[in-house]
Amino acid sequence: MATVTSPTRRSVTAVGPIQAILRKGFFVVEGWLDQIFTPAWNPFHHFGALGFFYYWIVAVTGIYLYIFFDTSTSTAYTTVEYLTTEQWYLGGVMRSLHRYASDGMVLMMAVHIVREFAFDRFRGARWFTWVTGVPILWFVIASGVTGYWLVWDKLAQYVAVRTTEWLDWLPIFGEPVARNFLSPTNLDDRFFTLLIFLHIAVPLFLLLALWIHLNRVTRPRINPPRGLAVGTFVMMMALAFIKPAVSHAPADLSVVPTILNLDWFYLAAYPLMDVWSHGTVWGAAVSVTLILFLLPFIPPMRRPSAAVVDLANCNGCTRCEEDCPYAAIEMERRTDERPFDRQAVVIDARCVGCGICAGSCPTATPFRIGSDLIPGIDLPNPSISTLRDQLDRAVDNITGHPKILLIGCDHAAQVAQLTNNRIAAVSLPCIGMLPPSFIDYALSRKHADGVFVTGCRDGECRNRLGVRWTEDRLNGKRDPALRKRVPRNRLAWHWAAPTDLTALRREIENFAGRLADLPTADPPTIPTTRTARPAPEMPTGAQAND
Amino acid sequence: MIKAIRLMAQIAVYGGFAALIGYFSDSPAYTNFAGDKAVIVLSFAHGAEHKGECQKLSREELQKLAPNMRKPTSCPRERLPVVVKLDLDGTEIFHAALAPTGLAGDGPSRAYQRFVVPAGRHTVVARLRDTKRKSGFDYSTTKTIELRPSQSLAVDFRADVGGFIFE
Repeated sequence: MATVTSPTRRSVTAVGPIQAILRKGFFVVEGWLDQIFTPAWNPFHHFGALGFFYYWIVAVTGIYLYIFFDTSTSTAYTTVEYLTTEQWYLGGVMRSLHRYASDGMVLMMAVHIVREFAFDRFRGARWFTWVTGVPILWFVIASGVTGYWLVWDKLAQYVAVRTTEWLDWLPIFGEPVARNFLSPTNLDDRFFTLLIFLHIAVPLFLLLALWIHLNRVTRPRINPPRGLAVGTFVMMMALAFIKPAVSHAPADLSVVPTILNLDWFYLAAYPLMDVWSHGTVWGAAVSVTLILFLLPFIPPMRRPSAAVVDLANCNGCTRCEEDCPYAAIEMERRTDERPFDRQAVVIDARCVGCGICAGSCPTATPFRIGSDLIPGIDLPNPSISTLRDQLDRAVDNITGHPKILLIGCDHAAQVAQLTNNRIAAVSLPCIGMLPPSFIDYALSRKHADGVFVTGCRDGECRNRLGVRWTEDRLNGKRDPALRKRVPRNRLAWHWAAPTDLTALRREIENFAGRLADLPTADPPTIPTTRTARPAPEMPTGAQAND
Repeated sequence: MIKAIRLMAQIAVYGGFAALIGYFSDSPAYTNFAGDKAVIVLSFAHGAEHKGECQKLSREELQKLAPNMRKPTSCPRERLPVVVKLDLDGTEIFHAALAPTGLAGDGPSRAYQRFVVPAGRHTVVARLRDTKRKSGFDYSTTKTIELRPSQSLAVDFRADVGGFIFE
């Protein structure tokens, strides 16, 4: 049976096999967590937002701790001990939350990076978000390291000495910074004042870096769903009471710390400084950073063609601008003679070629019979026109009953594997590219008895918002909405990852069973003639399929 | 019932997450240093003599300079390297000519070296040369020390207090 796919399917790359393994792992785990938390609360869909949430916990608890903290070598330790032991019910809890939320932030960041890598969300137009994320790694680690320093216990002593020795390898300091920790007499309170300044300034820079990081992401999720936030906060609180954060013995520069309880989230690289030379550790750190920076630029560049605006069909309705997940469309003053205020303009460098804009365009309707199917905004390949041709071709080969048109996404469950004599499939770069009028078209033209839509699992959309917008459009909550005349019992959708083929097949079979039980009353039809007629003038905000 | 199972599963996931964070926030313990050893840290920042001699400028040479730049002598900025040598129980453990820092080579020479040694009694001989002499040293200190396990002994150098300081 015919299956038509878009040309943006993943190609093989050097890191492809690693990504495939990781992706499969994520699909499996996220499938379990969807069952446990529901997709909306699935923590794996909110790594970035959880990282932000932990940042705010760290900030608030840090302000409280700072009120009591004394920036002096002789009293820093005692003030932290006071908070930990005498004021355990508040100060101690704050300290524990400060530590555990910081650790949670590192963990979220690490898994966030791996997940984005696994799902190939760092290439093409997405390079900016990836690259601007790399300095965030350093800011987070620097924030944590300077924090551990402030406690001025044995661990702080170890971290201080190793860090400054490592920094001294760079020939930029007139006097070795590590000399500050040579003996108890070498260290003064001013150095601690500098440290507390760093521990406040670096997280502020981190916040700035996070803002830049999200600059090309529209509607970024920076807050987790309330239920998930409450759950994770209660978890942190419980951990703070069950296992309060404590200090080592006070620092003593005349004695080398021997056994240390490292915070492995922040200090995992420190043991390397004990076995490798500082130059080697610098080399490793710089190499890892460079690899991360360069990852988006390693061939194949895989930059799909950007969307194209056709001014003759653009009425400046702004839907494409609102729906674009990557801020790749801007509305600008009209440059032609048409009686509209604005027109859509695509910023090619930001466009990932998902086609969500084409799906949102009211002129992207297959019913257009008076002109070629050229929407106001479209992908060069596959275009909306191609999609209609593909759909027509695919359903022509159906011989069984009930006839089902399966519309899927290149990055979700592969619809090609589900075709048979009753099911024809069309695959899009993103399900968000599907104009709802295509469903109306397939049913009203009797191309199919039912339409089944599938795409990435909820919260896992390769292009962030494709699934959300599609669901809203099909539910009539978002323009362009699916027309009311479309019989809902002939439409079904189910979001499925590539690992969910069995479940998807089951859903389709159930749908086929329901279709078979339906009375044979025909869905509404409209003429099929495509005679050349001038395109009707589109008023602002009008839906061509209404 | 399904809701209860789901809630239990959520608690289990949160519990696992908490266990992960709680454990790796301070475990496993890391042994940074063998308890029967001690450390000697040789560190200083000290500028050696300038490489060249100061020269008195002639009247003609001074006239060529801007009025505010007319110092009677011209001194080269570049310093000599500081030569340092450290012996432990008669064995040389460090010997280096430390170049001056700075783009013009006019900054202090700097040293920061850690030596892990067995705890116990040791004789340390520290020597330093910061002048143009070709052999020998300008400063020399011999000290017998009793290093406790895990002790960190700093060997600093400050010309203004007479040379090496053991603390």
